[in-house]
Amino acid sequence: MLLRTKLHGKTYEFPDIRILMGKANEEKSGDRLAGVGAETAAERVAAKLVLAEVPLWVLRENPAVPYDQDEVTRVIQDAVDPTIYNEIKDWTVGEFREWILADTTTSDMIRRVSAGLTSEMVSAVTKLMSNLDLMYGAKKIPVSAHCNNTIGAPGTLSSRNQPNHPTDSPEGIRAEIYEGLSYGSGDSVIGINPVDDSYGSVSRLLDMTYDVIKTWNIPTQNCVLAHVTTQMKCMQSGSPVGLVFQSIAGSQKGNDSFGISVGLLDEAYELAKKHCFPKGPNFMYFETGQGSALSADAHNGWDQLTLEARNYGLAKRYHPYQVNTVVGFIGPEYLYDARQIQRAGLEDHFMGKLTGIPMGCDACYTNHARADQNAIENLAVMLTAAGCNYFMGVPMGDDSMLSYQCTSYHDAPSLRQLFKLRPAPEFEKWMVDLGLMKDGVLTDKAGDPSFFLKR
Amino acid sequence: MDDTQLAAIVDAIVRELKASGAVKSAGSDSAAPASVSSASFSTSASVVPVQARVATSAAGLTIDLPDPTLDQFRYMPRVKNPKDPNGVKALIESTTARIGVGRAGPRYNTASLLLFQGDHAVTQDALYRDVDQNLLNEFNLFTVQTKITGGKQEYLLRPDLGRSLSDDAKRTINEKCQKNVNVQLCVGDGLSAAAIEANLRQIFPVIKQGVQQAGLTFGTPFFIKYARVGVMNDIGELIKPDVVILLIGERPGLGRAESMSAYMGYKPKYGDTDADRDVVCNIFENGGTNPLEGGAFVVQIAQKMRKHQASGVKLKTAS
Repeated sequence: MLLRTKLHGKTYEFPDIRILMGKANEEKSGDRLAGVGAETAAERVAAKLVLAEVPLWVLRENPAVPYDQDEVTRVIQDAVDPTIYNEIKDWTVGEFREWILADTTTSDMIRRVSAGLTSEMVSAVTKLMSNLDLMYGAKKIPVSAHCNNTIGAPGTLSSRNQPNHPTDSPEGIRAEIYEGLSYGSGDSVIGINPVDDSYGSVSRLLDMTYDVIKTWNIPTQNCVLAHVTTQMKCMQSGSPVGLVFQSIAGSQKGNDSFGISVGLLDEAYELAKKHCFPKGPNFMYFETGQGSALSADAHNGWDQLTLEARNYGLAKRYHPYQVNTVVGFIGPEYLYDARQIQRAGLEDHFMGKLTGIPMGCDACYTNHARADQNAIENLAVMLTAAGCNYFMGVPMGDDSMLSYQCTSYHDAPSLRQLFKLRPAPEFEKWMVDLGLMKDGVLTDKAGDPSFFLKR
Repeated sequence: MDDTQLAAIVDAIVRELKASGAVKSAGSDSAAPASVSSASFSTSASVVPVQARVATSAAGLTIDLPDPTLDQFRYMPRVKNPKDPNGVKALIESTTARIGVGRAGPRYNTASLLLFQGDHAVTQDALYRDVDQNLLNEFNLFTVQTKITGGKQEYLLRPDLGRSLSDDAKRTINEKCQKNVNVQLCVGDGLSAAAIEANLRQIFPVIKQGVQQAGLTFGTPFFIKYARVGVMNDIGELIKPDVVILLIGERPGLGRAESMSAYMGYKPKYGDTDADRDVVCNIFENGGTNPLEGGAFVVQIAQKMRKHQASGVKLKTAS
């Protein structure tokens, strides 16, 4: 294999696809930490020049972890549609980029080609995309799903009501849910990250959220984002579960560190189809994030973008209702500052949509990253322009349990009103019927949590 | 761990320290938001209620604000014309999350926005600041450094370098520290200088006296700049103590930069991971683990580690 180019008179040569893929990434502190990033700005572009000429079949034959060593690789490779793959395998990555962006390429055409892709191809084309390319490309690929309501339809923007509490207090969580609902947050899910992963605590929160949903006839679903095994126990014990959640990683070793496997997820999916109370057919919820495999030393020497793409390849197996990257949660050693977090958010959303999953984003940052709320508002605006399915809704973006900041209850109506978007259609009708929204705009009654104190 | 036992130990230590004048009374530590009087039930755009006054010239303008982070302002209901005003207050009191904050169109009102920014600002300052040298002098802590040479930026980017002591540091420690002690206490800046500054004066004497009262040897304490938790392995290899205690600043939460952790390991060595360690986290006054109590707790864990000759997961299985 010879992978070589000249740039401004200097020769750059890359020993293999793994190194080429690492060096072709936009700058990320995590790729530096892993020792796979470009040494210079020019080397980065040289890698992109070479990558643009690589045919897609070469990427299929060079997965980040070999087929016989990794079940995530097997899931992705085995799902490839051979007919479609044969139509596209000789395209170069550069040609693939232009095909996605071309005016003659429709949404349906891209959705069809998704079935012939592996995650390494998805990652490769993403490396050649500028930020606006990522927005423009993703906007062409709406992916919607249905549980109790419809997420991701063009013209809509949804919000996960994330009412976390430092001690899982049901009263405190209920208060936050009310605040969020009064702003129109909750059409994606009412989803709690629990402090206490035990069956007792998780089932209590499932009961409480289900009670709110039933009392107010809210067209949505609940989820307590405990470890999947706890949720499986809840389902088997008859708790009201809306969506089944799990964090996933892009390699078998990474999933080991999360205490999960494909077999376990298969089992959870079967239980979800059987036990979840909403209509469906989509019942699964996954979270991801660049750098998670590296932090578990499970990246097999590959770059964090490619490992992230593999998350989506794995998620697709379970026909999820929603998937989001928790893009800035991991910290500055993987995504250093606002620029890297924004880039990663745009990449992840694009890759999810190109893979064919209903993708949202937890646009967020930790306090030791060089970022602030303005940076995250910028990212939310860019992603809304790109057709992102949903964001998080947290009281003023300040999560009192996870100690990080993300988008807020206020951001959902702000982005909708800014872009002339609506909540999920069933949820909008519910808000209109209650008098909280009219013609896509919040009414005077909105923004008042005490609205929900008495039915 | 028995709560009554722990309380007794804390009481004893605190009494003794008070008698020696080492600490002042811990004061009130209510974590609940102060109740808000209905008189301050305001929807003013100001962060705090300000007397309106008419200024005839700029020279006559007086703006003199109280601290908006006080509970009475932080948890002030700001919803305009709520359906149930008392209900809003009760909801706010049920959580530390920022609810009942009101809005300007779909956006935040000015008071809530600026309070958020103030909280973020103090967090950022804590992260990029060094621990006060006077505090380190007060406890005779000499300073060594990890392999980080490029300042805070490199510290944030290279957790691996923050886990290893520099060659200079190793030399200094070899010269100054007593070896083979029962308990070695170290202090590291971690991700928050403010956390060390807020807690060290209270927790340090509790740990030191607690260790000595238990009849154990207390090694020469020192400060590590640009420290990550993993640096404990180097310390274990150099000093060969039974137990290493590392007090370290946690990643700051929004407006909460004073939270500290005490990481502990039994005979730490190269290759040890978090599974080999125990931690007392969220150490801070008013809402977290009180530093006096935290100190007593740390001493107890140290004794338990020595008794079972284990820490982390192994200690859990052994005890």
